[in-house]
Amino acid sequence: MALVTFLEAIRDGLREEMERDERVFLMGEDIGSFGGAFKVTEGLQDRFGAERVIDTPIAETAFIGAAAGAAHMGFRPVCEVQFIDFLSCAYSILTNYVATARYRAGLKTSLVVRGPSGGYVRGGPFHSQNPEAAYLHTPGLKIVAPATVRDAKGLIKAAIRDDDPVLYFEHKYLYRRIKDDLPYGEDIVTPIGKARLAREGKHLTVVSWSAMVWKVLEAAETLEKEGVSVEVIDLRSLLPFDEESIVTSVKKTNRVLVVHEDTRTGGMAGEITARINERCFEWLDAPVRRVCAHDVPLPYAPTLEDFVLPQTDDIVKAARWMVEY
Amino acid sequence: MADAPVVAGLARGQLHELYYWMRLTRTLEEKLVALYRQTKVVGGLFRSLGQEADAVGSAYALDRTRGDILSPLIRNLGSMLVQGATPIEVLRQYMAKADGPTHGRELNIHFNDLDRGFLGQTSHLGDMVPVMCGVTMSFKLRREPRVGLVYVGDGAMSTGAFHEGINFAAVQRLPLVIIAENNGYAYSTPMAKQTAVRFLADKAAGYGVAAEQADGNDVVAVYETTRRAVERARAGGGVTLVELITFRRKGHAEHDNQSYVTREELDAWEARDPIDRYVRRLTESGWATAAELATIDARVSGEVDQAVAACENEPLPEGASALTGVFADPPAADLEWYRRL
Ligand SMILES: Cc1ncc(C[n+]2csc(CCOP(=O)(O)OP(=O)(O)O)c2C)c(N)n1
Ligand SMILES: [Mg+2]
Repeated sequence: MALVTFLEAIRDGLREEMERDERVFLMGEDIGSFGGAFKVTEGLQDRFGAERVIDTPIAETAFIGAAAGAAHMGFRPVCEVQFIDFLSCAYSILTNYVATARYRAGLKTSLVVRGPSGGYVRGGPFHSQNPEAAYLHTPGLKIVAPATVRDAKGLIKAAIRDDDPVLYFEHKYLYRRIKDDLPYGEDIVTPIGKARLAREGKHLTVVSWSAMVWKVLEAAETLEKEGVSVEVIDLRSLLPFDEESIVTSVKKTNRVLVVHEDTRTGGMAGEITARINERCFEWLDAPVRRVCAHDVPLPYAPTLEDFVLPQTDDIVKAARWMVEY
Repeated sequence: MADAPVVAGLARGQLHELYYWMRLTRTLEEKLVALYRQTKVVGGLFRSLGQEADAVGSAYALDRTRGDILSPLIRNLGSMLVQGATPIEVLRQYMAKADGPTHGRELNIHFNDLDRGFLGQTSHLGDMVPVMCGVTMSFKLRREPRVGLVYVGDGAMSTGAFHEGINFAAVQRLPLVIIAENNGYAYSTPMAKQTAVRFLADKAAGYGVAAEQADGNDVVAVYETTRRAVERARAGGGVTLVELITFRRKGHAEHDNQSYVTREELDAWEARDPIDRYVRRLTESGWATAAELATIDARVSGEVDQAVAACENEPLPEGASALTGVFADPPAADLEWYRRL
């Protein structure tokens, strides 16, 4: 066993996939000898050479488009976007070209775009985003957002092996804050589209993902002391997402709260709520509620950021409301 | 010797082939106009009238036996044909037939076959430059002596994707030829409102890549110039920006009456028609006889008529076939939610 951080788990996943499959190569800004802005790719250029760990110009459209072209020719490129906020620079080529390539043209387009997402790090409006909802609406893309060290590794490996384009959102708050023992030599592959039951409970289901799962688990501890048993679903994949696991849990607890770090309007929680309405409305004992960020760009000052982003206390309050309904 | 080169390294047979591809382009487009008027073409129709030499001559400079790949634009029907796309595929695409290369999912010449060496464009102008960077990166990574070629218009060269792509290709020294088609207009916008440079080739300096320029209505000059760029790329010399000067003699698409172009300008370019010019040159130089050209014309008409007859009455795709193939896995989009309604 080895104690590894969330960040090291991503790096190990990349290294293992590059070792087992010579079609895998990396592209991104400052990822070579510098090892990337957060050092996720540190040491990989030494190990695999400059042809497989490629420093690019600051040109997200160019390297994501190039990843598609190389994927058509049978490669499995992985692009690092220095901060996931900058993925919007490549929004057009990603949603119009990459996402449609299989459907309209039968082109092999197995590529991964990964990068640091998320707030709680005082990064201000352009280094803190969770832009998942902008891509959720694009048939042809897959989106994953791990919460645990194990899934950080398992999902990067699954994303690389997937035959379709996958966006991999890695929460920068988790990079060095969480550690786990991962067995040496185990080929950890987390299936895309399958949720993880993070905590079993009876009275209320909370659906969440990425760093938010840890706040939900914290809230669940508090609620447990009050006699409220909370079931926590870590969605892990947002596109496609595990509707069955949610439905099964709703039929058990009859109450659902969706918690996400992204802003409220047009967020993932709305889609989850609609699916619950379609599938198991009659099993509900309370309206589906959500705890999300306020609908504002994410501000810098600690007082402002803490106010805007969901906190453990917000989750506890919403949960109490739900069980009392 | 029948196959000794007579001009630009091209033998008689090759010169006849160039004529064949240009004639096929024009005849096929004329047939498509007829089908468009009969409302058999489902969407818009785009012409390359006057630009056939640009498309055919540049594509002909690639080496199909080595697996070179090009990415065409809407006015590069000729390039697609040279690479092996067939008239019936193009007709089925325009008529949205179930048996077309994209089974009714995409339109006009937006289709690919990487084995034959063409990667179809998508509508978003400029995007194919980054994508062809990736295709040519794959050649480089595998140490294959293959070359890529991508077309951009005078309008498309204003996009961010073009800029990012050519810069990326230049830095990576990719085996890529970029054909800048200066045809005077982007839809209704003249080049002077698109860029402040006098010639598109002037932009090469800003990217540190080689520049070439040729008369886009002279198929031999187009071939010769592009060939130089292709050989440079194959030899590891990196990117060349090749400007071909030509003119779009039809509206942006069939619906556009080109009111923004003067009659004088159109007449001047009609006098420089690339096919008429080439016919004169072939016959005056003794590279082809009128009878040989007439044989080619007859062959082209026959092939086009046959292709139309073979697919004109084919069915469109079944509605529900739209749901498959968004992903490799899952293989089809969810229908259950719809059935439950
Ligand atoms: C990014 C983008 N913006 C707008 C359009 C709409 N559009 C299609 S063709 C065209 C003009 C293109 O001109 P040019 O690049 O010179 O090519 P040409 O038609 O002259 O061959 C425009 C504006 C588009 N396809 N893509
Ligand atoms: Mg133009």
